[in-house]
Order: sequence, then C-alpha cells, then structure tokens
Amino acid sequence: MEHIRLPKVENVKLLDRISHRRRRVGTLYLTATHTIFVESEAGVRNETWVLHSLVCSVDKLAATPSGCPLLIHCKNFQVLHFIISKEQECHDIHLSLQRLSQPESYDELYCFSYKPNVDEKERRQEWDFLDLKADYSRMGLPSSLWKLSPVNQHYKVSDTYPADLFVPESATPPVIVGSSKFRSRGRFPALSYYCKDNHAAICRSSQPLSGFSARCLEDEQMLEAILRSNPCSDFMYVVDTRPKLNAIANRAAGKGYENEDNYSNIKFQFVGIENIHVMRNSQQKMLEVCELRSPSMSDFLEGLESSGWLKHIKAVLDAGIFIAKAVAEEGVSVLIHCSDGWDRTSQVCSVACVLLDPYYRTLRGFMVLIEKDWVSFGHKFSHRCKHVVGDPKEVSPIIDQLLECVWQLMEQFPCAFEFNERFLITIHNHFYSCQFGNFIGNNQRERIELRVHERTHSLWSYLWANRTDYTNPLYRPNHSQTQGLLRASTSPYSFKFWKGLYNRFDHGMHPRQSVEDYLRAIQEETQQLEEQLSSHTQAIGVTEIAENLMLAIIKQCFGACYVAAE
Amino acid sequence: MEFAEHIKTANVEDVVLRQPLQPPSRGTLCITGHHLLFSDREESDSRQVLLLLRNIDAIEKSVENLTGYSGFFSNASHSERMSGSSGTITMKCKDLRVLQLDIPGMEQCLNIAHSIETLSCLDCVSAMYPFFYRPVDLSLPEQWGLSSPEMHYSQMKELYEKWRLSTVNRDYSVCPSYPPAVIVPKSIDDDTLKKAAKFRQGGRFPVLCYYHKKNGMVIMRSSQPLLGANRKRCKEDELLLQAVIEGSDKGYIIDTRSMQQAQQARMTGGGFESKSFYDRWKRFHRQMERGKALQESLIKLVEACGDESNNMDRWLSKLENSKWLSHVQNALSTAGLLVECVERDGHSVLVHGSEGTDCSLLISTLAQLIMDPCCRTMEGFLGLLEREWIQARHPFQQRCAHSAYSHARLQQESPVFLLLLDCVWQLWRQFPLALGFSEALLLRLATEVYASDYGTFLCNSDQERCALEVKERTHCLFRALLRPTERDYYSNPLYERTELAIWPSVHPQSLQLWKGYFLRWTQQVRHLEEAQEEIRNMVIEWGKLARS
Repeated sequence: MEHIRLPKVENVKLLDRISHRRRRVGTLYLTATHTIFVESEAGVRNETWVLHSLVCSVDKLAATPSGCPLLIHCKNFQVLHFIISKEQECHDIHLSLQRLSQPESYDELYCFSYKPNVDEKERRQEWDFLDLKADYSRMGLPSSLWKLSPVNQHYKVSDTYPADLFVPESATPPVIVGSSKFRSRGRFPALSYYCKDNHAAICRSSQPLSGFSARCLEDEQMLEAILRSNPCSDFMYVVDTRPKLNAIANRAAGKGYENEDNYSNIKFQFVGIENIHVMRNSQQKMLEVCELRSPSMSDFLEGLESSGWLKHIKAVLDAGIFIAKAVAEEGVSVLIHCSDGWDRTSQVCSVACVLLDPYYRTLRGFMVLIEKDWVSFGHKFSHRCKHVVGDPKEVSPIIDQLLECVWQLMEQFPCAFEFNERFLITIHNHFYSCQFGNFIGNNQRERIELRVHERTHSLWSYLWANRTDYTNPLYRPNHSQTQGLLRASTSPYSFKFWKGLYNRFDHGMHPRQSVEDYLRAIQEETQQLEEQLSSHTQAIGVTEIAENLMLAIIKQCFGACYVAAE
Repeated sequence: MEFAEHIKTANVEDVVLRQPLQPPSRGTLCITGHHLLFSDREESDSRQVLLLLRNIDAIEKSVENLTGYSGFFSNASHSERMSGSSGTITMKCKDLRVLQLDIPGMEQCLNIAHSIETLSCLDCVSAMYPFFYRPVDLSLPEQWGLSSPEMHYSQMKELYEKWRLSTVNRDYSVCPSYPPAVIVPKSIDDDTLKKAAKFRQGGRFPVLCYYHKKNGMVIMRSSQPLLGANRKRCKEDELLLQAVIEGSDKGYIIDTRSMQQAQQARMTGGGFESKSFYDRWKRFHRQMERGKALQESLIKLVEACGDESNNMDRWLSKLENSKWLSHVQNALSTAGLLVECVERDGHSVLVHGSEGTDCSLLISTLAQLIMDPCCRTMEGFLGLLEREWIQARHPFQQRCAHSAYSHARLQQESPVFLLLLDCVWQLWRQFPLALGFSEALLLRLATEVYASDYGTFLCNSDQERCALEVKERTHCLFRALLRPTERDYYSNPLYERTELAIWPSVHPQSLQLWKGYFLRWTQQVRHLEEAQEEIRNMVIEWGKLARS
C-alpha cells in the first residue's frame, strides 16, 4: 500500500481506443492489486478492472486543455487512455502505477496474495490435477527402451531442467553427465515425446559447446543411445531451430552445432527461427499496426507485412511440421535444440506434439503439453513475461507464438480441437497475470524455492472447473480431421491475423453474433432433450403435454441464448 | 449456328484428367457444342466431369513429339509418328478451377484445344447453353423471375400514398436500360420524367429502389446528370428530386466518384448536382473503384492466390497490392454511410456514379441487406438481386464475359457482382445468424454469373432479354434455387431473424479474404466446409429432438 500516492481520482475520462469521440467519465481508484475505473453514468455501474501485474507500460503524455492524458498498455493487449483533469493527480497516479506494475521481488506478486474462497485441502488438490508422469505413462514409458533417470535429482546436473527426465535405457549416468558438460547450461538431450506405435522419439537439448572443433565422446554416445532407442530406424535428425548464420556465430563463443562427421548416422538440419530479440521487435511493430486509429486496408496489410510477425509464426509451424512428419511418416527420432533450448525448442516440440497426437488437442492434453514442454523444461516465464523488474532484453513473446500457432491450426481444422479460442486467450492472460503460481519463476528449481505449490493456486484446475466455457462445440473425437497427424497447410494464405487476441478489447471489431455460443446452447439442449425423452418414453411415453413443455423450455433457453449472443 | 464446324475431334480415348483435390484419372474425353465431358474408364465407380465450355476462361496448350527422331527411319508411317506424340491442355476456369488434360496425339490435342477456344467464347447469346438446357424435372416457367416491378409495387401498400408506378418506359424508349415499369413520386407526371430522363446519362432518371418502412425514407438511384462544361440545368430533374424529399428538410446524394472525378466528368458531358440548383440536397463523394481497375484487382488477387513461392512477405504484399480487400472495405463503408443517412439520420438518399449500373447497385443492395430484415431471407435476397441487378440492369454480359485468367484484351469486364457477393460474405461472417442463406449460395451465384445453365444472367438489359425471348426460352436460376431441395441446401441453419440493422465493422482487422471463393479448390477450404456440415448436422439433430 505504501506505493499508492493517490487512491482515488474523480472526474476521469476514459477514451475509446477506436473512436476518441466516445468517452466515459468516472472515478479512478488505485488498490494494492488493481486499477479500477468506475463509470459515474447514472444508473449503470460499469467497471473496468486492470490487474497491476498485467500493466506493461504507463505513459504520461503532454497535457492538453482538456486534461492530462495517461496511457496504459497491458500485457493482454488492453490499452487504456485516461484523461485526468489535474496534472498533479495524473503525476501521482503515473508514479504509483509505475511502481505497482513493476514488482521488485517475487513476494510482491499477486499469486501470493490471491486468496479465493478455497480451503487448504482443496488448494493442495489443485496442484495434483495434472501429473506429468501420467502423461509419460500414457506414451508407454518407462519401457524397455526409455527409462526415468534420477540423475537430475536436486537439479545437480542442470539447474534449469526438471528433476524427472526420461533418457535412453542405455544412457548411463557418466554418459549423461559427460554430455551435459558439453551442452549450454548443462541441458543434455532428454525425451520430450515418444510415439509408441513406431518408437520414434522427440528429444530436446541446448546447443553443444563444439566451438570450431571440440568433440565430446559422451555426447556422441548420448546421441547414439537415442538413435538405438528407435530400433526401426538407422538414422536420426538433429534439428537446430536457429538460422544457420546465428549458429555459426555461436561457434566463435565456443558453442555451435553438431558436426555430422563426429556423430554416427545423424542428419543435421537448420530450420531458421529467429531469436527472442527479433520476435520482441516484430510483435512490437505488429501491435503498433493494431493501434492505428483508422487505418486503410493498405496501411494495415503493409504494416502487418513489415512487422514480419506472420512470417515468424509460419517459421515455427513449418519447423513443427517437419518434425511431426519425421516422427509420424518416416518413423525417425529427432533431437531439437536452439541455443539454450528453452525458447524455440519448446515451441517446436509443442507444435510437433499438437500435430502428432490428438491427445494434445484436448483441454487436458494441452494443459499437460504446456506443463511438460514449457513449465517443467524451464521456459523462463518470469523473464520472458517480465513478472518482476529485470532486463528488458529478456522479455519476448515466445509463448504467445505457441498459442498463435495452435490458434492458426484451430482455424484450419475447426473440428479437431476440444478447446476454443477463449481457452487460449485465458491461458495467455494468466501467463502474464501472476494470479496463479504455475508460471512464476523461470524453472522448476525456482518454483520449489518459492514454495509455489504451498502458497499459490493452480490455473489448470481453475480452467478445468470452468471447462464448459472453453469447449469447442464442433469438436468431434471421431471426426476425420481429428484423427492422427494434422496435415496443416503453411501456404502463406493459410495464416490470418489473430484479432481475437491482439485486438481482444476492441469489441467493435469482432463478429456481432457468436456461432459458438449458439451451438453450445443447442448442444446443451439436445442433451437435456435426449435425457428427458428417454425418461418420458420409459415412464409414460411422450404425451402431448410433455412435448409442449419441452417446446416451451427450448423457447425460453433460446431467447436467453440469443440475448447473450447479442 | 452450327457447332459441328468447330468440332473436328469429338471423342478422344485414353485421356488423363488432372483436377484439384483428386487423383488423376484416365478416361474418355468428349466435346459437344456446349460441354466438355470426361468419363472415367474405371467401371466400378465411374466418375464423370461435365464442364460448361463457357466456364473456361483461358487455355494453355503444349504439345510434344515424343518420336522426334522417327523421321530418320524412312519406314515410319505418318500415323505411327503421330501416335507417339501427345499434348497437354491446361484449362483455367471462371470458377477459378484449373484442370489439365493429357491427350495422346498432337493433332487430336490441337483439335480439342481449338474447339474449346472457339466454343468457350461464342458471342451469339441465342446460341448459348441456357437456350438448350431442358432438364426433365423442370418445365419452362410460366412466370420467369420471382417478381416484377408491378408486383413489387402492388405489395408495398405503404407506397400508395406518395408513390406511383409509371409505365413511361413501357417500350424502353425513355431509358433502354430500365424495366418497363418504375416507381416515382406521385406528383411527377410522365412528361416530366421524359424530360428528366434526357438530363441523365442513358436516360436513367431517379427512381425509387428502397422504401424504409420504419421512417418512410427512401433510396433513389439514377445515373449522373448531364451538366456538361456549360453547367446546363434541368427544371424537371430538380422537380423530381424535390418531390422525393417533400415534407422533409433535406436529402443526401451519395456520388460514388471522388469530387475530382465528378468535376472531370463535366468535360465529357456529365457532372453532379450543384448546390445552387439542388439546394436542399447535400452531396457526399465516396470514390469507388470500378471498371478496368476492379477487373485488374481481381486478376492480381487470383494471381496472388496461385503464387507458389510459399513466401509470407510476398503473399502479404501481393494481397495488399491487389487492393481487392480495399475495395471490399470501401464498398461496405459507403453502404454504411448510406444506411447511416437513411436509418440513423432519417433522410432520403439518391445514389449515383456515372452510369448508375455498377457501384450504385452495389451499395444500394448492401444498404438494403444491412437495414431491411426482409432482404435477408433467401427469397428476400434473391428478390433483391432480381430488382437491383436484373431489372435495374447490371450489364452482366459485358461485365462477366471473362474472369481472372483470360488473356483476352479487357473490354467491359468488371467483377462488380463478385465484389457484392464478397461483401455479403463479410456480412455473414460478422452476423452469422442474421442471413437466411449460406456461403454455398454465394458461391453458387459467383459461379453462375460467369457460366450458367440458366438464362438469368444473360444479356445486358431487360430490353435485350425481351428481344431474345430469354424469359420464354430459358430457365430462371432464382426460381430453381427456391425449389425445396435446393432451398434446404442453401439455407443457413443458424438463421434467426433480427429486426435490427446489421452494421458491419469495416476495420481492416474485421475483413477477411473470402477463402471459400478465392481458395475454393484447396484442401483447406474442404476442412472449413466440413465444419459447416457439422453445424448443419447439429442443428438438424436438435430440431428433430425438439419436434419429437
């Protein structure tokens, strides 16, 4: 509370982002966790709540005769344009918000003070909702080819890796440790996905410390072991997700990529996804295009092109498709890495998994996927999402790109995903909101130190409890689109701008009627009717009265759903 | 007309047909006066492809002589040499499909190519297929079309007080492009109309096209006034417009040209309504692309969709460069302006550009869809198209002679109607429950307008249609679409009538490429169609239960 210089300002104007003529007048409140704007229009109590942890930047613009503008950009792409009449008040709000939105330590984060009405026993159960070991056993692991290795218990080999890791049965601890010493941050090759039908596996690591000529026998043995774990194949792919030039530049720093001559039977491949700095700048440019006040179609398309954003999304999807095809069609195992193996590598592993395995296209499966490839394998959420004050160069929308790749696939295959767009947008919101403990810190070790499981709530069980909101009514587990490998197109025309996320708060841009809500209402009624019908036929047969009653129910529900769609 | 003279080879065996989304098939090719028929050789599930030659926009042929060296062997007979040769014909259709035929025998290939080239663009309207189309389950209609200006007027009782049906054009002498009956203010007599018509290009004097029941305001449409360089005026035209806004303080004119274009038009005898003579009319200029520029836009867009470089920057820049989506945005926002004038501001509007047969129809049609729930049912929409595009005359024959692939020199081609369908599709995307018809109907219309079994889109005007007896000798597409089976297929399962205006968003983010049309022959669009199929099934399932 000590950071709040001014808890309340009256007579504040909130401008509409699209049309500045539309403005609302009200009172602005600052609380420990939220900025709240309450519209003072008589009759309606319209409130806008913004979590401090979602605030990305606060800018005070030059004062105008009508007042002093304060511009708040949020990490969920909400933009609030306030006009505060007195300059001093604006100044105070500005300073307070700047401090409130930039916590200096993890302990200040919202998740540690967020206390919904849930008792401690239930809270602990929330964290048991997802179990990664269950996912590995779903894949058929451990097996005669892959084993759970205790080598990283207490994070001794790699402090950014999870404690539990699957490695080839033949990989001995000396080989693993030796290999880890030859990889950036000790991130040795470990299993991410295993296809039990044909034994092909997706493994991940960081770059080798090969420099211009260094070799490491254990690392070579490690790759050999991965290759041997797939009895059906006599070679494996090693995919470096970086552009070739970046990888070569890394050699000068003693890092680099695998030399095909030193490893037996590997096929080495670059896929050219740009680094976190390029992605950050690209998204920034794209958001500037989204913010144009009334752009012409040409302004918009030119801006979108020059941001390069869709090009990068396509690159990630292309890489995922390459790997998914290697696994599903060629039955060949793949090792993926980038530099540290926690950004591009996570993206590509996840995209490949979504393409390969229908399970990851279900609600629960997608949560497991994020838990596996991102949370447990140490994607640096707190750095990338700027949960606490830190190096701005560490911030990058890598996880946003994963969600967008999945969204692009959902647009191509409307019946193949159990979840809907709202699910992705909600998850996106909570990567940044710090309301739940799941994404706090940069790796498993840090989360244990922060005692996240003891002190916070889990997003996954919250999403599961509300799953009816996040279900795609068109999902058909047995639809031809849903089966096996998704044959996605990456022709440039297959990619769309995701206005649902980037223009999420510009309601005027979105369809005015929702097919999804309509279908969901129909679906629920169909179920109800089926139940009613069977009970009626059992008891008395369908009488006219019952029929009329049902019709009345339908009409009632329907009216309600229509109002909701409006 | 003898088609036979254009057909030297009518049948070829052992032809390979390659078409999108299907494996190549081998079979027999047959050319008739109007069709290309291909039947698969497989006897188990024989597939046939019947293609209207009129649908073929451009062909490319290449022949190769595989036995090029056979000349060295003097004993090789002529026929043997020919049998070793083959050719390929690539047919690019107006529905944007690309088909390829591998034909054995160079001579046969050239004959077939020649037949396609000639028969696909015959100029003679009365020789076109609609005059020969006689399906067994359909007899020629007693009434052609859904309605007529007379019927339309008689159903609109609200009009009786202030508006009348004039038959001043009964013999097409006042305005060759108008139907014989038009709706005009009651206080204006036929002599005044005749004089006003002389002051409008092509005689297209202001007539009523829409009456807004909520507030009694109207949309009128016309062509440009013929002011010319010395600013002529016409009392009768002024009177006619004055009568439109009788009892109201003002009216609006939406000119679909820029101010500069409208001024330049004076040099060629045209112009715009000047403030001094039409002082109660307020003019807006909204420049809309038409004619050749629009056709070129379509050509560029289709070219971009066929680009196989797989390069995102290139795609986005080509998409932008085609300007097609800009035209969509522009059309919807001009229609929005028109609706704002009528619905929000409560004033009558006159719409025109120069000829009043393209953009004026486009925006008046869109405005009616946005405002009037009656136009959003399937009958309502087809009736609207009939009134605005068939009766009020869009020159379909000229505008849709060729589509995006043709190498022919551009003449009067312009995809205004396609732009309309695209805009309607955008409305459907934004208001998926508000229209009574589905995307499939728009696609069907987009195909039929270029090549059709029906006579609906033949000719350039009502007058031409009468001269050729189109209404007696062809079937009407709109009536066919309203037969029960077709109506089921083309209806929107989610339709829920709403009385409100459906204001479209015209933000670039809200508008999308119409994949269903422009990428119709790709796998991706199949997935989207499957989703629509699922939606239909869900609604049917629910409906069955609700009824049981």
